Amino acid sequence: MFMFDKAIVGSRRYWSWIVFLALVIAVGLACYLRQLSYGLGLTGMSRDVSWGIYIAQFTFFVGVAASAVMVVLPYYLHDVKQFGRITVLGELLAVAAVVMCLLFIFVDMGQPARVLNVLLYPTPTSMMFWDMVSLNGYLLLNAVISVVMLKAERTGVPAPHWVKPVVLVSIPWAVSIHTVTAFLYNGLPGRSLWYTAILAPRFLVSAFASGPSLLILLCLALRRLTRFDAGQEAIRRLGVIVTYAMTLNVFFLLLELFTALYGRVPEHTETFQYLFFGLDGHTGLAPVMWASVLLALVSLVMLLVPGLRRREGVLAAAALCVFVSLWLEKGMGLIVAGFVPSPLEHVTSYSPTAPEWAIVLGIWAIGALLVTVFFKITVSIREAN
Amino acid sequence: MKITRKDFLKILGGSAVAATAGTLARSAASAEPNAATSKAAEPKAAVKRWGMVIDTSKCRESGCDDCIRACRVAHNIPQIPNPKQEIKWIWKEPFENVFPMQQTDYTRQAFKTPLTVLCNHCADPGCVRVCPTKATWKREDDGIVMMDYHRCIGCRYCMAGCPYGSRSFNFVDPRPYVAEINPEYPTRTKGVVEKCNFCEERLAVGKQPACVEACRDKALVFGDLNDENSGIRQVLRERFAVQRKPELGFGPAVFYLL
Repeated sequence: MFMFDKAIVGSRRYWSWIVFLALVIAVGLACYLRQLSYGLGLTGMSRDVSWGIYIAQFTFFVGVAASAVMVVLPYYLHDVKQFGRITVLGELLAVAAVVMCLLFIFVDMGQPARVLNVLLYPTPTSMMFWDMVSLNGYLLLNAVISVVMLKAERTGVPAPHWVKPVVLVSIPWAVSIHTVTAFLYNGLPGRSLWYTAILAPRFLVSAFASGPSLLILLCLALRRLTRFDAGQEAIRRLGVIVTYAMTLNVFFLLLELFTALYGRVPEHTETFQYLFFGLDGHTGLAPVMWASVLLALVSLVMLLVPGLRRREGVLAAAALCVFVSLWLEKGMGLIVAGFVPSPLEHVTSYSPTAPEWAIVLGIWAIGALLVTVFFKITVSIREAN
Repeated sequence: MKITRKDFLKILGGSAVAATAGTLARSAASAEPNAATSKAAEPKAAVKRWGMVIDTSKCRESGCDDCIRACRVAHNIPQIPNPKQEIKWIWKEPFENVFPMQQTDYTRQAFKTPLTVLCNHCADPGCVRVCPTKATWKREDDGIVMMDYHRCIGCRYCMAGCPYGSRSFNFVDPRPYVAEINPEYPTRTKGVVEKCNFCEERLAVGKQPACVEACRDKALVFGDLNDENSGIRQVLRERFAVQRKPELGFGPAVFYLL
């Protein structure tokens, strides 16, 4: 590829980081090969909790991918010039996140060699079919847009006109990937935690909080590690977006809690009770959820007080709190607790096994590697200009 | 089946319409009070709809597990040591787990022995709706919810989509855990989902399901719900029977006499 020359020249620090990621990926791959030969029995999943951290992480990273729209939309539709320098970073982050999503789905399959059956026997009644269509489409859109934009920057020639409509298509498409991902869950009768029309809006606002938070942290890291500066104003504006999205996210969660706890239909209250307090002595998720709540509240204080939010150190801390809080809630709690209690009223605990964690870390490392390489290319092009 | 690019694009375009239309049609159908039972009340149709009645009082008489053992032998069901990753086609559960909304402090004493549960072979099965490869489907001519172990990709979406907990996943290779392999029925591989098939392989040669045949108390009545003169319809005419979670609109074909 014409731009990867920029990724193979770098400092010692750059290469150490790449080697570190490669090692994590190697460990993950080794564990995956073991899972492939032994079966998913290697994981902590069970007959009752039949999806675990793989699918939960998939869900979380669909959100990160969709959140690219939070820089693309203001820049292209509202002419927010400050985002000009980071729009392509958002799109590249989306590419890396979608690749992670596809990998999380892949490692979750019992028969991965048969994955193309989804194309051979397309089944429009299955939301998984639509998720595949929307995720791959989104990957393609963002890959095309970012390559075209970077090429234009490198050669100093304006981007071709046809790319503008492609960018515009990517905006509703971003909303669609996370809506369809919510539809995976919220059309399933009998799974009361998910069977709620507000799931898609919840997914979207939590995405628009977690994704831009990650982008803030990445921009601050880039400033420290390279000569690239996203600009204080761009980072502040991302902070405002995170503030609105996180506030809405907490509001939506409270709406869910009101309906469940005031309405007191046993099926609806039980699953929240399991999340926050545990059922039948199974309290595994309670610490996860309370940590998420605590981090959410702390982040809200830092975000909602303008004087605090404007300080970059505080904003970075808030972004980290938001990201971890949502990662715990959406990347673990929400998916696992959907299976508890089971249709036959059993309370079964789930926790990922060591090999399962290693596979998850391996996929993160692949994501981090992609982001590193993509951002390295972008920054090198800009430094050369 | 070979799919050309043109076909694929056609499917892609058409399916957007189909998904919406399907949803609308389904909601229209479920607007009729209890679609499943009204279908069963129609005069004898050309197509069958296999169903089962479980007479719980008869079942409790001997409290045996003959049906479970017969099924295990007929279908090479493995005995997985890890209880969290068991394979179950027909098994027993306490009353309050099978009918969680039907118990009160006063009725809790009424059922001390567990009830038999199995796949409900629903009229509108949630598992079939969500499967991304049609590896599980509803057979048109007799209503059995089938499984293709060779097409299943092991995504386990059907397990999330089944509100009855009727499906099991092969977390490990099941073959070492089958005591004696019965050559009449295929063993499965790791990484696929399986469940009760109403003994479609026995029905095909005119036999009753293995569990029904094995039941010493004649507590299981199997037959065609679409045939007014069938034994199962006679039982359903004479006794009041309930289904599990009828409010979900899936229309289970398994009925319980309590």
